[in-house]
Amino acid sequence: MTALLEVEDLRVAYGKIEAVKGISFTVEEGQIVTLIGTNGAGKTTTLRTLSGLLKPVGGRVTFNGKVLTRVPAHKIVSLGLAHSPEGRHIFPRLTIEQNLQLGAYLRKDPAGITADIQRAYDLFPILGERRKQAAGTLSGGEQQMLAMGRALMSQPKLLMLDEPSMGLSPIMMQKIMSTIVELKSQGTTILLVEQNAQAALSLADQAHVMEIGTIKLSGSGQDLLHDESVRKTYLGED
Amino acid sequence: MHTLPQQLANGLFLGSMYGLIAIGYTMVYGIVQLINFAHGEIFMTGAFGALTVWTNLPDGTSIWVGLPLMLIGGAIVSVLIAIGAERFAYRPLRNAPRLAPLITAIGLSLALQQAIFVWYPGADNAKTFPQLGTHPYHIGSVDIQRNDIFLVAAAVVCMIGLAAFVRTSRTGRAMQATAQDPDTAQLMGIDTNRIIVIAFAIGGLFAAVAGVASGLKYGQISYNMGFQAGLKAFTAAVLGGIGNIYGAMLGGLVLGIAEACASAYIANIPGMEQLGGQGWSNVWAFVLLIVVLLVRPQGLLGERVADRA
Ligand SMILES: Nc1ncnc2c1ncn2[C@@H]1O[C@H](COP(=O)(O)OP(=O)(O)O)[C@@H](O)[C@H]1O
Ligand SMILES: [Mg+2]
Repeated sequence: MTALLEVEDLRVAYGKIEAVKGISFTVEEGQIVTLIGTNGAGKTTTLRTLSGLLKPVGGRVTFNGKVLTRVPAHKIVSLGLAHSPEGRHIFPRLTIEQNLQLGAYLRKDPAGITADIQRAYDLFPILGERRKQAAGTLSGGEQQMLAMGRALMSQPKLLMLDEPSMGLSPIMMQKIMSTIVELKSQGTTILLVEQNAQAALSLADQAHVMEIGTIKLSGSGQDLLHDESVRKTYLGED
Repeated sequence: MHTLPQQLANGLFLGSMYGLIAIGYTMVYGIVQLINFAHGEIFMTGAFGALTVWTNLPDGTSIWVGLPLMLIGGAIVSVLIAIGAERFAYRPLRNAPRLAPLITAIGLSLALQQAIFVWYPGADNAKTFPQLGTHPYHIGSVDIQRNDIFLVAAAVVCMIGLAAFVRTSRTGRAMQATAQDPDTAQLMGIDTNRIIVIAFAIGGLFAAVAGVASGLKYGQISYNMGFQAGLKAFTAAVLGGIGNIYGAMLGGLVLGIAEACASAYIANIPGMEQLGGQGWSNVWAFVLLIVVLLVRPQGLLGERVADRA
């Protein structure tokens, strides 16, 4: 069986500075795969390249049997790859409902879209209560829910989440993490980027540790959770 | 002639024209943060496109038959030039330092003026534009020319159409998304290049309508008519809050009315006799801009920059 996402020797540069220096990993269907690593390791750069916002200088990305490397960003979501970006990036002056509708921009089934908006409200009831409110008025945690809900509106095969717990209260973080597990149980494959290594590793099937543009260490979530070097560097133990 | 209602009406007419042109600046700026300084020339070429159509109609054609055809001809010219400028002048510079597209815009502006000056037959002098008729309507003490009715009606139709398009159509929604966050818009599947082209095209269309209205109003057009009109419309766009389409129209109207009133009344203020009249109206327009920006740097309807992030 071939993987849903296959990244081979991916290299990405900003001008002359290489931020991702030849990384390879795969994401199997139905899995949660996580990339962890300190600030500046190249995690966001990797996700932005997968969704076409950045063009790689080398390597190959295959998604669902199709090479993505030359596909423009706006055509990637229709292949089944959705991206909830770092910093949430909701559309602040559109309403919550309009944000969700934009997540389904390329879909042509109004009834299905309405049903999925309802599903997003079931998943995150606060969004339903505020559906007519400008998204910019939401709290950080609520915006994160909206960003996730919006990414789900394209009915992705693979959902990429970039630091969904950033800046959230512990309770809100719990909510987001349990949602990720729930999404997996519903059949969505997830590529999760996190600085909160503890939370990410405990729910990941596969995990990769990134350091200055390379993958330093790979293994199952549980393996890395118990790996001494990971515990030292990323879980704040000494 | 100098009653207040008359001045307000004059300001309304002038302001409608500024507003129509200002839409082009503001839509493009709202989406790509570029000041298209060649937009005044897109307005000017629209007027020449319309005149070309009129010149080629059979002698004796009624202006009422000719006008729709002139609007179509002017629109085609302006929209093509606007789209061409985006595609070949601005898009290659999308990621260049801000100064590069700005210089390009100024160069394009001069090139378009010179192209008309050199190649349009007789355009080294002002060209006579057809008229809608010279008998004004009277409403109370206010004289209203037919061309002014056309101007206001065109501005109203264009604004309502644009507002409906942006608020209710799928492409309009994509436009709002692109203006607020272009990268994320692409993640939604929005082809932002297409949205940018549409913004330029709508700006071109409205500029052409304004170009025809200007020709009808002043009875003549010239290769350099875009300079001052463009500068005023840009002022209107900034005054109203650049990036905001309602702000562009409001800014146009405020500017038009302020200008009309300033040229009529400033000279009545003791000690300011020298500062009234048509010649000083441009000065007052910019004084108004400066005062508004001192009080509200984001313009009348603009969002504070922090909200855009
Ligand atoms: N827009 C950019 N221009 C230049 N360098 C950048 C840009 N974005 C990120 N970088 C650099 O690329 C490296 C990786 O950054 P990033 O992918 O954001 O890391 P992470 O998401 O793991 O924190 C860092 O050294 C960062 O400074
Ligand atoms: Mg990051």
